[in-house]
Amino acid sequence: MATLQVELVAVERTIWSGEASMVIARTTEGDLGVLPGHTPLLGELAPGGVVTIRTVEGEDLVVAAHGGFLSVTPDKVSILAETAEISSEIDVERAREALRRAEEGGDDPEALAAARRAQSRLQAAGQSS
Amino acid sequence: MAGSLRALRRRIRSTQSTKKIFSAQELIAGARIVRAQARVEASKPYAREITRVLSALASSASLEHPLLTERQDARRAAVLVITSDRGFAGSYNVNVLRRTEELLSLLRQEGKEPVLYVVGRKGETYYSFRDRPMAGTFTGFSEQPGYADAQAVGGALIDAFTAGEDDADGGPGADGVEGVDELHIVYTEFRSLLAQVPVAKRMAPLEVEEVEEFDYEREDREAGRTGDGGAATSYEFEPSAEALLDALLPKYVTTRIYAAMLEAAASESASRRRAMKSASDNAEELAKNLSRQANQARQAEITQEISEIVGGADALVSAGADD
Repeated sequence: MATLQVELVAVERTIWSGEASMVIARTTEGDLGVLPGHTPLLGELAPGGVVTIRTVEGEDLVVAAHGGFLSVTPDKVSILAETAEISSEIDVERAREALRRAEEGGDDPEALAAARRAQSRLQAAGQSS
Repeated sequence: MAGSLRALRRRIRSTQSTKKIFSAQELIAGARIVRAQARVEASKPYAREITRVLSALASSASLEHPLLTERQDARRAAVLVITSDRGFAGSYNVNVLRRTEELLSLLRQEGKEPVLYVVGRKGETYYSFRDRPMAGTFTGFSEQPGYADAQAVGGALIDAFTAGEDDADGGPGADGVEGVDELHIVYTEFRSLLAQVPVAKRMAPLEVEEVEEFDYEREDREAGRTGDGGAATSYEFEPSAEALLDALLPKYVTTRIYAAMLEAAASESASRRRAMKSASDNAEELAKNLSRQANQARQAEITQEISEIVGGADALVSAGADD
């Protein structure tokens, strides 16, 4: 079976790379599934977006990716993110705390961005459990 | 004589304790270089990917973006200088600042007014001591820069650059903010443990630059693809290519700043380790010379005492012989 070569890179390090059978991402235009043989594509991930990578073993790897891009080329799929976290590594308590703090921040753009980040972390963590 | 011996012993003790401080600093810096180099390596995949995406985009979209267009009669140029927060790093800061001065005078010759943005406390004190205005300073992270720090710096620069778009006839334009027309960066490139070179680069208007000697064509050949693969592939864009370019370019600039800060951090540690190594070597040398002097003084003291005793005994003997 054809597989996708997937790379998930954040600015500070490569977070995950390996083979997958499918990648599901939400771009600013809408949800999108990538299967092997997909047309080359460049997309901007929706803010606070969640990316799901279905590995060849059939496991779902759920990732909270902030400020990222998705690039699909004939030979690989790269997900670029400013910061990205795999759901299993997310500390739910901390994310809740961050969300609560951010919501107290009101309409400040920084606080709104922080709230979005925290929400996507929680979402990613919730999907995997 | 006894007094000088005591003074010498005190100096030896103090030299030895400063030497301990130097060698501790040397060890810390050594450990930091390794970590900084690892971070430089870890940041490369992202930089490579974003360059790749951007060049793919550049070949498909019409490049009408302010960050890419050369401005007519550029008047103000922002210069970002990356220095360290702490001293004890030999000529590290001096070299960066000297390179900056060269760039500044070059810009002035071209009739552009330089606007300074400074990273690191050392650079900040350098310019504030000389009463030179700085448009922005960022301190407290020079040894271990995070991406958030690069974002803060990059944000300020891009804002200034965007504000400079409508500047006209020597004054701020419609938005009332005086911006800049060019972005330059001066930082120290980490070539090896022994060589760190201060470099000045123009970031904007930018030419998409390969992050390292990465040969896409060769990679394509190895993967058994023909020339029309890679960047020449026609992409689908989501959202439009222009919107993507808008979102990508600031991130690209930030990535470049981040990469420069990481390199500078590695250079800083390398430079500090070298400086501390020679300082502790010097301290050791000094302690050795001082202890020679102290030994001589001690010997002289003993010799003097003996000759005093002998002299005294002789005097007694000759006094007895007179009897």
